[in-house]
Amino acid sequence: MQVIINGKTHQVDTEDDTPLLWVIRDELGMTGTKYGCGIAQCGACTVLVDGQPTRSCVTPVSSVAGQSITTIEAITEDAVGRHVVEAWVANQVPQCGYCQSGQVMAATALLKQNPKPSEQDIASAMINLCRCGTYNAIAAAVRQVAQG
Amino acid sequence: MNSMNHDFLAADSLEGRPVNLSRRSFVGASLGALVLGVALPGSRALAQTAAAAAKAAPRVSAFLEIRADSSVLLRSPFIEGGQGIATAMAQIVGEELDADPASFTVECAPAGSDYRIMNGQRFTGGSRSVRSSYETMRRIGASARQMLLQAAANRLQVPVASLTTEPGRVRHAASNRTLDYGTLATDAAALPVPESVTLRDEKDFRWIGKPVARLDARDKSTGKAVYSIDMQVDGMLRAAVQHAPRLSLEPGAFANEAEVKAMPGVHSIHRLPGAVAVVADRWWRARRAVETLKVTWDEPVSSASRKMPADYSSEGRKAQLAAAPGPGVTAETVGDAAAALKGAAKTVTATYDAPYLAHGQLEPPSALARWNDDGTLDLWLPNQAPEMFQGLAAKAAGIPPEKVKIHSPVLGGFFGRHFIYETANPFPQAILLSKAVGRPVKLIWSREEEFLRDALRPMGLVRFRAGLDANGMPVAFDAEAVGEGPVGRWFGRKPDAADSSSVEGISGKPYAIPNRRVAHVVVDDPAIIGFWRSVGHSMNDFFYETFFDEVADAGKQDPFELRLRLLADKPRHKTLLEAVGELSGGWKRGPFTAPDGSKRARGVAMASPFGSEVATIAEVSLKSGAVAVHDVWVAIDPGRIVNPGIIEAQVNSAVALGLSSALLEEVVYAKGVPQARNFDGYPILPPDRMPRVHVRIVESGAPMGGIGEPGLPGVPPAVVNAVAALTGQRVRSLPLSKMKFGDT
Repeated sequence: MQVIINGKTHQVDTEDDTPLLWVIRDELGMTGTKYGCGIAQCGACTVLVDGQPTRSCVTPVSSVAGQSITTIEAITEDAVGRHVVEAWVANQVPQCGYCQSGQVMAATALLKQNPKPSEQDIASAMINLCRCGTYNAIAAAVRQVAQG
Repeated sequence: MNSMNHDFLAADSLEGRPVNLSRRSFVGASLGALVLGVALPGSRALAQTAAAAAKAAPRVSAFLEIRADSSVLLRSPFIEGGQGIATAMAQIVGEELDADPASFTVECAPAGSDYRIMNGQRFTGGSRSVRSSYETMRRIGASARQMLLQAAANRLQVPVASLTTEPGRVRHAASNRTLDYGTLATDAAALPVPESVTLRDEKDFRWIGKPVARLDARDKSTGKAVYSIDMQVDGMLRAAVQHAPRLSLEPGAFANEAEVKAMPGVHSIHRLPGAVAVVADRWWRARRAVETLKVTWDEPVSSASRKMPADYSSEGRKAQLAAAPGPGVTAETVGDAAAALKGAAKTVTATYDAPYLAHGQLEPPSALARWNDDGTLDLWLPNQAPEMFQGLAAKAAGIPPEKVKIHSPVLGGFFGRHFIYETANPFPQAILLSKAVGRPVKLIWSREEEFLRDALRPMGLVRFRAGLDANGMPVAFDAEAVGEGPVGRWFGRKPDAADSSSVEGISGKPYAIPNRRVAHVVVDDPAIIGFWRSVGHSMNDFFYETFFDEVADAGKQDPFELRLRLLADKPRHKTLLEAVGELSGGWKRGPFTAPDGSKRARGVAMASPFGSEVATIAEVSLKSGAVAVHDVWVAIDPGRIVNPGIIEAQVNSAVALGLSSALLEEVVYAKGVPQARNFDGYPILPPDRMPRVHVRIVESGAPMGGIGEPGLPGVPPAVVNAVAALTGQRVRSLPLSKMKFGDT
């Protein structure tokens, strides 16, 4: 099947129900997208599928064949993504950093769809887990992008 | 880990004298680079070992490499796992080298004697990295600077005294000439290391003490940071395991081996100690295959060293701890607690407990093993102590330690997870699998396998008795901490001494209570227990500081005021308590009505973990019967500091983990098996339960304390004390999610 990732089409030869996460990581060798739980609890594996934040660990690759998938590797090719990354650096968000690819993807999806999110909008969208507890810094960074 | 050091390591030695290692051949060191090692302090034998090791294994590189472009590579003894240690090391070395920390690349040094700078030891833990290496790292930076100055003096044919440095270069003011460090590195490398160096005056610090930006923030915001789980080498296969559901069972017959062998991508099926593995071309295929394999799990042969009983439960464990008779091994005695209790006007007794906890670091454990043609073994793996892992990996591989090369990528969280814990580390499995298939193998434990084999924060239980005089002042205090601690488990128990990791946070409290006894009642734990952020403090400060409020209530005293009174002769603690009161806008216990109409209350707690002092206040309300924490105020006194920005981040992080443990976390055993296998069954703090965190750093000038862990222990007691003030209910068993509160 054909999988379109970061604008590039890849021919992938694997079982239909292989999670998108493992196609990205093992087949294509792009390791910025992380495995945390495998059951859509933590969000470390978040990618964008046609702009929607999607937990790739439970997404069968066949279900997204032909759709446009964006991973953290292409985040700075997007104007909003660049702002998000700059805000993450400015707010010194990451600690261990393992969840942050997913957090940045979730924030980018939110801010592309809703450039001026309310506090409630931020709380509803930014639900990925962070064991280092960077939640306050994450919220501050999202607010900073929203305020331009 | 704090206590481990007190018990097993002598005092810090801070006299490490750098030696120039440049003229030996170092693999990976660029040509002509200035390379500095450090002679091990105080011990000729150790220094000789280091030198011998360096000769025998030339890949043992040194600390510092200045490249032609004047950028700096620092091989740090410590592992970055979120705590900011890479940035702190760059600040400390850069300050003395006179090089901007932003020009540094910091990587974790390989295993090797050169890096055992913690009095012959090396590990990342116990909140000890900065305080144990501060002077040594400054000397390394200062020595390198001195050598660069000398090289410039030779080049320009001027006296060294006529030269100065500015970040990244040497200046000769008289002739207005400058030389970049990069152009001097080759010459400097050929010079002897100065016998003594002058360190910079603290008042002239440009980077130490400042909120210097983390070196890894951008890479970690763009997916570029590479963790062990991300490592890839040529020809690599991938492996997944299915562990015995109950620890100590061994794999028996397979019911469907042919079916599994025929699954896509499967290379081979393997029996391992306590587990089965499938090696495949892709991890998902390996995982699916190994989980399809139907295995009969057999009881172990009777010689198995540690056996998990088939009927073991955490409920049963709690009952066992509660029933274990005292008096235990004494940890602290002041005055005569027994007599004072007898003569007390009033006594208070209570039993507290806290559950097993999982680390829940977000990066699942992995190990990549590669056997090389020359008989050496490369290992990439999450670890907090490269030499300890090297030693055990060598045993597992059956080769000498110097043939094992340990690579330590950044950690996707650790919190104590990545020490050596027998069955809790994947690397022995990866070594066996790689050897069996004759190719490199990357083994990843699924989250479910990780929950099955994590080394847990042990369950703890404490029996308290306090006596008050007629004025309501505490005059006697007696505590028996029951259970087993990780220091005793992994570093040997002393027969007549309490395990410090079982009593820390209960013994050594600063309050002026004239008669005290603290004891440890040892009850062996069949589970694999380990170090969990702030170790014994993670529960003991909850026990003590919450019981303290019970005592205050019994004596009809305000808990904040009583603490102040009992700290009257402890200026450092008193100052800190007053600081957190002020930070929170003035102490008020409540209950009171907040502007949003909710009824709230506050609790306070103090802790003395890892060489630092901490005072914490939390504000809570109830929402739908659950505890909501709105604000946490933390005043922390680590004596002296390196990076206030990172300290504030670490306090936020410690508050999150402490709160997570207070509100939600509990590993439950039934029939010898931990019940939760993923975050659905073991919830951790989600973003919508994170409070605002307010931090005040107090630099008392006391000897430097730790940062990574100290923010944690005060949080559970501050929260639970606030809950008591709000509801009148004393919670003596965590987590709070076990309780249902009526909305007040």
